[in-house]
Amino acid sequence: MAPMNGSYLPAGLPAPVPAAGDLDAEHWAAAARHELAVQRCNGCGRHQWGPEWVCHRCRSFDLGWAVVAPGGTIYSWERVWHPVHPALAEACPYVVVLVELPQAESIRMVGNLLGDPTAPVAIGAEVDAVFEDHPDGEPAYTLVQWRLRSAGA
Amino acid sequence: MASDERTIKGRAAIVGIGETRYYKRAQSPHPELRLCLEAIMAAADDAGLSVDDLDGFASYSNDRNDPSLIASALGIPELRFSNMVWGGGGGGGSAAVGNAAAAVAAGYADHVVVFRALAQGQFGRFGQAPPLRTVSGPMAYTMPYGLMSPAQMFAMRVQRFMHEHGVGQPALRAVALASYHHAQSNPRAIMNGRPLTPEAYDASRWIVEPFHLYDCCMENDGAAAVIVTSAERAADLRQPPAHVWAAAQGSAEGQALAAHNAPDYATSNFKTLAPRLYATAGVGPADIDVVQSYENFTGGVVMALVEHGFCAPEQVNDFFTPENLSAPGGRLPLNTSGGNLAECYMHGLELIIEAVRQVRGTSTSQVTDVELSLVISGPMVSPVSNLLLAATR
Ligand SMILES: [Zn+2]
Repeated sequence: MAPMNGSYLPAGLPAPVPAAGDLDAEHWAAAARHELAVQRCNGCGRHQWGPEWVCHRCRSFDLGWAVVAPGGTIYSWERVWHPVHPALAEACPYVVVLVELPQAESIRMVGNLLGDPTAPVAIGAEVDAVFEDHPDGEPAYTLVQWRLRSAGA
Repeated sequence: MASDERTIKGRAAIVGIGETRYYKRAQSPHPELRLCLEAIMAAADDAGLSVDDLDGFASYSNDRNDPSLIASALGIPELRFSNMVWGGGGGGGSAAVGNAAAAVAAGYADHVVVFRALAQGQFGRFGQAPPLRTVSGPMAYTMPYGLMSPAQMFAMRVQRFMHEHGVGQPALRAVALASYHHAQSNPRAIMNGRPLTPEAYDASRWIVEPFHLYDCCMENDGAAAVIVTSAERAADLRQPPAHVWAAAQGSAEGQALAAHNAPDYATSNFKTLAPRLYATAGVGPADIDVVQSYENFTGGVVMALVEHGFCAPEQVNDFFTPENLSAPGGRLPLNTSGGNLAECYMHGLELIIEAVRQVRGTSTSQVTDVELSLVISGPMVSPVSNLLLAATR
């Protein structure tokens, strides 16, 4: 069972830091404020994830950020039984979900599905974002995790 | 053939194949470069060529053995062509042959070696996370969530494919069983003498659902090489040529977008390549006699064969049976050497060699009267590639 003392996965995984040129810095800064921010094109208004230097639809370089509603649906999932990182040696099984955001042209984000890692997972289930703070990370960071909407607050 | 016709069909052939002994991961007694040289010299010998005749080199997956070093080590008088296909995994395997064929068709070089060498004892291992304290860019959107290995990357795609089309676990199992079945008659195969039963597959541990242990490729040490020359030159050499009828490489839109955002997600990435390959060759799936399809993970093979038109997605559960996939009598004999799962994980170059053997009639699981032998390289990565070899020009 994955430990539930604050974070879904144990400490020891690498800390996310902004990409070169601060391309995605706003996403991580927003997560720390417990907001879900994704890139939005100022040219055509469409969202994209991950962040790019150019809009891959209208090819504008004028890209900004949008805070979107922190919810989505499970598009796919997997249950990991074999750890490939020392920090996860005792953490299996755990569940990784691919969540699509219908409010943002169904872009997708990877996260963990909080709760019992052995429970069945249903594609299409509605989920809400849970902002998981890692104040002891080097540097500190916040992950965007997911919880079944039916599980309640 | 008109020289202005833009096709590779009938203009090049594989005329030599060479391999080292295949070893379990990190068991090679020799460093990687030595293995590489050994395989290249074996391929020249098989073709009836002198090593002096070799004048070009093509590889893929960031092979560490630089053609300039190889040519110098072998004392090759003149290097005329060197080429690398970007991208990891086995996606560039057929593409490297396609590039070699293009080089001889264009007259850049006469005898181009396609090679791949792996010694994971000497170098790092696949499938293990790199030791990082921080992570940025695309990996930052997956790794902190525990998604970091190839198996974990591709399980997500295969799960979605299984969901969309009602595919059951036995379809994946059939791919593994076919590879292990064929390995039992192949003395080169690492898993020769270690047959796999459906019960053992079902009882094996999960790596990451929906992949059991036996859905995942091995990791091995060794080297393999093939030699490509012009169709005219091929006619004068020692072996029956495996003629290149078509080769394609590439990717559909957005397949490399970060964080699993490919617009068409539940795909092996062959939807654009398969029609291109068939159009070049002027054939269709019903004409193919035998298939070698790169197994990083079994689910990718299922998707790749669907996208090459061998069955509809809704027919997967009926089509993917060990009987249908087994040589010699199955409807679509698959991975007849044992492939990445049970022969050797030589990044799929061993599959290209097996496709040549099927054309020559020398496979240990030979299909009768092979005219067309298909190779599918690297499902679910970008770029991917494929190659159609034929017994006649
Ligand atoms: Zn735009």
